[in-house]
Amino acid sequence: MLFHKKTRVAALAALAVSVALVATGCAAGDSGSGGGEGEGDGGNLSITFLPKNLGNPYFDTSNAGGEEAIEEFGGTFAEVGPAEATPDGQVSYINTLTQQGVGAIAVSANDPKAICDALNEARDAGVKVVTFDSDTNADCRDLFVNQADSEGIAKVQVDLIAEQIGGAGEIAVLSASANATNQNAWIELMKEELAASHPDIELVEVVYGDDDDQTSFDKTAALLQTHPNLKGIVSPTTVGIAAAARYLQTSEYKGAVALTGLGTPNQMREYVEDGTVTAFALWNPADLGYLAAFASKALIEGDITGAEGDTFEAGKLGEYTVGADGVVLLGDPYVFDAENIGDFDF
Amino acid sequence: MSTATTTPTSNVTKRLGAIGKARELGILLALVIVVIAATAANPNFLFSADGWRDLLLTPSILVLVAVGQAIVLITRNVDLSVGSVLGLTAYLTGRLFIDFPGIPIIVVFVIAVAFGGALGLINGALVAFAKVPAMVITLGTLYAYRGINVLWTGSDRVNASDLPKSFLALGTEQFLTIPILTIIALVVLVIAGWYMKNTRGGREFYAIGSDPAAAELYGLRVTRRLLTAFVLSGALAGLGGVLYAARYGTINSQAGSGWELDAVGAAVIGGVAIVGGVGSVWGAAIGAVLLLTINRALPILGIPDFWQRAVVGVLIIGAIVLDRVLAVRQKRKLIEARDDS
Repeated sequence: MLFHKKTRVAALAALAVSVALVATGCAAGDSGSGGGEGEGDGGNLSITFLPKNLGNPYFDTSNAGGEEAIEEFGGTFAEVGPAEATPDGQVSYINTLTQQGVGAIAVSANDPKAICDALNEARDAGVKVVTFDSDTNADCRDLFVNQADSEGIAKVQVDLIAEQIGGAGEIAVLSASANATNQNAWIELMKEELAASHPDIELVEVVYGDDDDQTSFDKTAALLQTHPNLKGIVSPTTVGIAAAARYLQTSEYKGAVALTGLGTPNQMREYVEDGTVTAFALWNPADLGYLAAFASKALIEGDITGAEGDTFEAGKLGEYTVGADGVVLLGDPYVFDAENIGDFDF
Repeated sequence: MSTATTTPTSNVTKRLGAIGKARELGILLALVIVVIAATAANPNFLFSADGWRDLLLTPSILVLVAVGQAIVLITRNVDLSVGSVLGLTAYLTGRLFIDFPGIPIIVVFVIAVAFGGALGLINGALVAFAKVPAMVITLGTLYAYRGINVLWTGSDRVNASDLPKSFLALGTEQFLTIPILTIIALVVLVIAGWYMKNTRGGREFYAIGSDPAAAELYGLRVTRRLLTAFVLSGALAGLGGVLYAARYGTINSQAGSGWELDAVGAAVIGGVAIVGGVGSVWGAAIGAVLLLTINRALPILGIPDFWQRAVVGVLIIGAIVLDRVLAVRQKRKLIEARDDS
């Protein structure tokens, strides 16, 4: 966190940090070639994580997961990355890593196309490329570790709200903007899931908070006032769920109306600790990094090639199968509640 | 206005005052109608504890920003950077609490207001000394301040759990059922209203807005007044930023984006003419309350989401048309009054 603050003191500091990071990158390369001594038993297990930007708590968590996995199987972990999440900021890091001859790059792409050429050069040089969290075009990487699919995201939210309101009653959805592609797809799937598994739950209204605090506040208030029998609100957007929680926290409906959806632990900690929110979902970035590391290892050791149907072991997470287009799905979203929220900082 | 000096003033000023009051009364009436309609559709709008609190609490921050905007508009300028100033000070507020644990809340208020005022001073200096239209300058600083905010915040954000409980309580707590934020907004409004109506400084804002060239010729310190107007607007947006942090608890790099249009809209609905010299901060404040109350009332009245913005747009256009009608009528009456004498 201390390091995290420094990057924001001034752009100058950010620059200095980037320079330092390039230096770290070199160091990682050195140890990588050192690790190459053990190549006889499966390859160069030097894996470098390249997040969208450094100093981002979300990627700090995923990289920590990657480091844990790499320690387990005895590879060499390193992380490098730009200070700002700009489309082409990752290119120079990829080129450097290619020259250093690392075993694999696990990258969360800032742009699906901008880093493609650099990644393909790396692959031509024998470096395995795994994307996680944010994919590139399918022809620029060997594997994509996908944090969650729409079905899983929709189902976990329906399950959470059904559990919190006892399986029956009126619920409403507080979404982002009316034309948000992700949210609309999830809401459609949620409706199907409700109809299929929870016929006693009635979705009375979908409102749009535009990912704006004030609008989300107002829409939450309006929902509570217009639907006196409302038992729960689902907000599949991080801004919406935080605003709705803040409104509920000081409202007469606190505890009477359940709230769940997609949120991050830091944002929701306050509301989970005081009981406004019982549980919410998101994927676990640590598991995502962990799986990306094991996927890299499987590629390096030649256990898999990234073809559909390939299977590999991922330590504590168990066995995974590569799906169509070289996508590996992490699994169901992770549920955060009062028990486990203290373990996360992102 | 110049006619007033050549006619018996009592008659004309009385009529002028009546029209001005009618303008604010009209907005107030519209507000009352909206509240009654929403309450009739759903009594909870006014009579539940949450409804009463939201009615007072929701517009409070915009009232502050709109008061600052009104002062700038009255001098025939505009401050489009208020949303960015608000966002930047809101994030500064969060950072102060995170980087200096235990910092007294009052110190944070002082720093944020001073910071907002400094950002306003930059606007004012560019407008007053560089003689570039305020719309261009503040459009530039709108992006510049937001850019600084994005650079500083990045993908990070301030969470409610980072802020002290006593500070967050400010955002929702009530004193005799009146939210603290509303009390702060009212105090600022009363002071600003009194200053604009009764002091030499306040009247000079109107004089500058009515006819900048004449004000200059008359020897008014135009530069100083312009700087003051922009500093006030920035400082009030800064105060709004602190309260924003207290109320929402979550601050990302986009906090307060779009507020400049709400602030200008509120002032215009409240009868502050965009060409300067006309209107009052009271009108702007009532306009702010009306704007946000309509936003809250429409979902309760069952108007579909997709139509709500259109309704707000119609109301703004309606306010401008009303403005124009009143202005024409006022001009006719002034001419009549002159001819009568």
